Amino acid sequence: MKTTFTKTALLCMTAAGFVSLASGANAAAHSVSACLITKTDINPFFVKMKEGAEAKAEELGITLNSYAGKIDGDVETQIAAVETCIAAGAKGILITPSDGAALMPIITQAREAGALVIALDTPFEPATVADATFATDNFKAGVLIGEWAAAKMGDTSNAKIAMLDLNPSEVSVDYLRNNGFLQGFGVDIKDPTDIGDEDDARIVGNDVTNGNEEGGRTAMENLMQMDSGINVVYTINEPAAAGAYEALKSFGMEDQALIVSVDGGCPGVQNVKEGVIGATSMQFPLLMASMGIEAIAAFAADGTKPQNTEGLDFFNTGVELVTDEPVEGIPSITSDEALEKCWG
Amino acid sequence: MTQPIIKARGLVKRYGRVTALNQADFDLMPGEILAVIGDNGAGKSSLIKAISGAVQIDEGSIELDGKPINFRTPLDARNAGIETVYQTLALSPALSIVDNMFVGREIRKQGIMGKYFKMLDNKEMARIAREKLNDLGLMTIQNINQAVETLSGGQRQGISVARAAAFGSKVIILDEPTAALGVKESRKVLELIQEVRSRGIPIVLISHNMPHVFEVADRIHVHRLGSRLCVIDPKDHSMSDAVAYMTGAKVPDQVEMA
Amino acid sequence: MTDTTQTPKKGQDFESALDKSDKNVAAFERKSKGMVDGLQHLLHLNPTLVPVMVLVASVLIFSLPMVTDGKFMTMFNLSLVMQQVSIIGILAAAQSLIILTAGIDLSVGALMIFSAVVMGLLGVNLGVPTFISLIAGFVVAIGGGLMNGLFVTRVKLPPFIVTLGTWYIFLSILRLLTGSQSIRSQDIDAEAAALKIFGSYISIGSARITFGVILMIVVFAVLWYFLNKTAWGRHVYAIGDDKEAAELAGIKTDRTLLTVYMAAGAVVGVAAWASIGRVGSISPNAFAEANLQSITAVVIGGISLFGGRGSILGPLFGALIVGIFESGLRLAGLDVQWQVFAIGWLIILAVAIDQWIRKVSA
Repeated sequence: MKTTFTKTALLCMTAAGFVSLASGANAAAHSVSACLITKTDINPFFVKMKEGAEAKAEELGITLNSYAGKIDGDVETQIAAVETCIAAGAKGILITPSDGAALMPIITQAREAGALVIALDTPFEPATVADATFATDNFKAGVLIGEWAAAKMGDTSNAKIAMLDLNPSEVSVDYLRNNGFLQGFGVDIKDPTDIGDEDDARIVGNDVTNGNEEGGRTAMENLMQMDSGINVVYTINEPAAAGAYEALKSFGMEDQALIVSVDGGCPGVQNVKEGVIGATSMQFPLLMASMGIEAIAAFAADGTKPQNTEGLDFFNTGVELVTDEPVEGIPSITSDEALEKCWG
Repeated sequence: MTQPIIKARGLVKRYGRVTALNQADFDLMPGEILAVIGDNGAGKSSLIKAISGAVQIDEGSIELDGKPINFRTPLDARNAGIETVYQTLALSPALSIVDNMFVGREIRKQGIMGKYFKMLDNKEMARIAREKLNDLGLMTIQNINQAVETLSGGQRQGISVARAAAFGSKVIILDEPTAALGVKESRKVLELIQEVRSRGIPIVLISHNMPHVFEVADRIHVHRLGSRLCVIDPKDHSMSDAVAYMTGAKVPDQVEMA
Repeated sequence: MTDTTQTPKKGQDFESALDKSDKNVAAFERKSKGMVDGLQHLLHLNPTLVPVMVLVASVLIFSLPMVTDGKFMTMFNLSLVMQQVSIIGILAAAQSLIILTAGIDLSVGALMIFSAVVMGLLGVNLGVPTFISLIAGFVVAIGGGLMNGLFVTRVKLPPFIVTLGTWYIFLSILRLLTGSQSIRSQDIDAEAAALKIFGSYISIGSARITFGVILMIVVFAVLWYFLNKTAWGRHVYAIGDDKEAAELAGIKTDRTLLTVYMAAGAVVGVAAWASIGRVGSISPNAFAEANLQSITAVVIGGISLFGGRGSILGPLFGALIVGIFESGLRLAGLDVQWQVFAIGWLIILAVAIDQWIRKVSA
């Protein structure tokens, strides 16, 4: 590994020397190159991630190339990006895989070529395809809002729960948050990787939102048609929560239900502040990326690989509950505090 | 001697190195059926396109009623009173008979609805369409709102000719009106052509079908190698003469010029 | 064939054998036909009949107590379905205009969001008077339609390619403008509440009719009028049917096409305004499949993808069918995938029927 690095460095220096004799010192500093490949470059979550990576790369003198798929699920573009990174001799690749299974062969190839591969936000399946995963503990994020909602209600026996999920594919982030919430709320979740297999009568139903306001509103309307007494609403993210709130408001029932969500985007936190969302679990994309760059720098320096968080198969970049109505026993921050840290 | 309604002199049209029209002349007299015949590639379609505004000539002059004309589009020619019934008929299959007859010259309702809301007067258009079709003996129209695609080839040809004849046109050009038709339907269309002529509208008939040409034409314009070879009277010449002139197998000894 | 060697005379008898034959070729007789032919003719005359029948049948089936336990057939639920389909419905009206000319518009959804985003950015984030931000939104929508139309008529590119291109272009611009961040409902309420006017509703019994639903119906009514009662409408159909024939028949086809694309753009602008009321907020990520959903509504509504055929009212029924199926299947407790499955079959069925109707002949 060490020899590979030296060779690469030498090669780079030689190349740089040919280009410009005066930039020898610089070439050595920039000889570590890294790639950031996100699902899209439009989602503010990934925008924030890119900001974090760029800032840290600048600080550590690493050359960073960023790539992104066109839409969520655009595996082809991501594969092409990984190929480019291998060809460019990148020392490390940070990637939020659009489809963990489909990317497995090319990721294996990248690791064989000597690159450190870190999955950000979304784990590969299995997670060991990558050297490491830096992610939010999405299950924990769900548990936090579930516990909060249960504590807020007190007696949960009369709960009528609406579950607003992401999309029909049931990707990991979707089932982890969903089941985390249910477990935190005190529901028997059966298979922790399956959505909607619960038989708890308190659950009115599941519907998909595509993670945006329009989908959130339509899904909420649909579930209200099945039972208009819904009083707890779990949402996959904050835009879906905003849509659900609109639906409730149009029914004149916005005060009847607690809405909880996950993400920590600035508009979402603002919605917590204004009482639209009861509580949300904040995640830290900027941290994921900057820690990822640090890990690549460390690997480039002496070959050390990052370790997983104790008890998990990934490195937990942290999650915090944001609410202005804190409950006993669940640590949380206020929306004002959260507005300082939110992304997007 | 009466003046020709269309008079063209010295028409030249070149496509790259190919000369499609080479000093071609053309005359159409009032009230006649003039057939234009010629071998494939003789330039008769270029001649017709020049007259109907579909192509612009490089040299020469065309007069309509003694006035020089210079059509840039088929629409110009149509506005000047030269209607062309294309071999493709230019009908919209899914539209009704009435709609097709009035396409591009729809009649609006009187008053506010027509003026500000641009509302069409369907009743009036249907009435006129029925009248025009009856005039031409296209009879017994049960459903004038029937889509054109439900009609037979001959019926469609009839609609197309009726459309050309219906709007005060000065000249009607018919491009191979019987080429796609069976014997019975061709017969009907030939009758229709004579019916139109009897209303005083001169007709230019482009056709490959010698029996049809000889049956209805008053004069026959023989086109060869990009120009007018001769104009013959079908009463004085046989079909085999015409074919021989057309192909160059025989040179006409008596050339009748207008 | 007739013998051309003999000397012909005018009125010769080479077709005399035909004298006794039926000369009634140009008459429009109607022969009696079988049931199937009769149905084919009926559908040919009334292309909207199929979607109407499907709509009625699906409403009846989903109303059965054993299917949806009475939850489907309530005034409230039916009015909710109308609300849910209103935006796709309006977009389908715009899409219909393009498809009637034998084109297709992949950019409608993106253009709608682009327009809505412009309305929101100006009216909410920049504090421009709502009226002016609305005008700006409509300028964007009509301008987008004009752009599509110019590429189709002047550069002679196929509509599929043009709108595929502008789809990407509109999407990227609107994402750059917003940073992919939604404009929140509460901020719209505070700064430019009129943007959400179409979310307001009137109650009739337990039914809730939003202004957006009324707007959808008005859009269809206006387009129905222009397509069926004006020369412009005839020209739109004629162009879609056979552009070359329309040109030869004297229609200024390119000019008409340009007006069609601009009209579609204007309708997209209407959809943009209505969408703000419907969703509550302005999300650059919503309606990601609106272009395909609008095409689905048009196709199920019996408008031919090959142009020139079908009634503008069809897509209204098409959009409603999709909404009814989604609501009904959900209330019947079926997995969301079965909705997708059903819509897929509906599309294939609709196009198959269209092809069959086209083969009609006397």
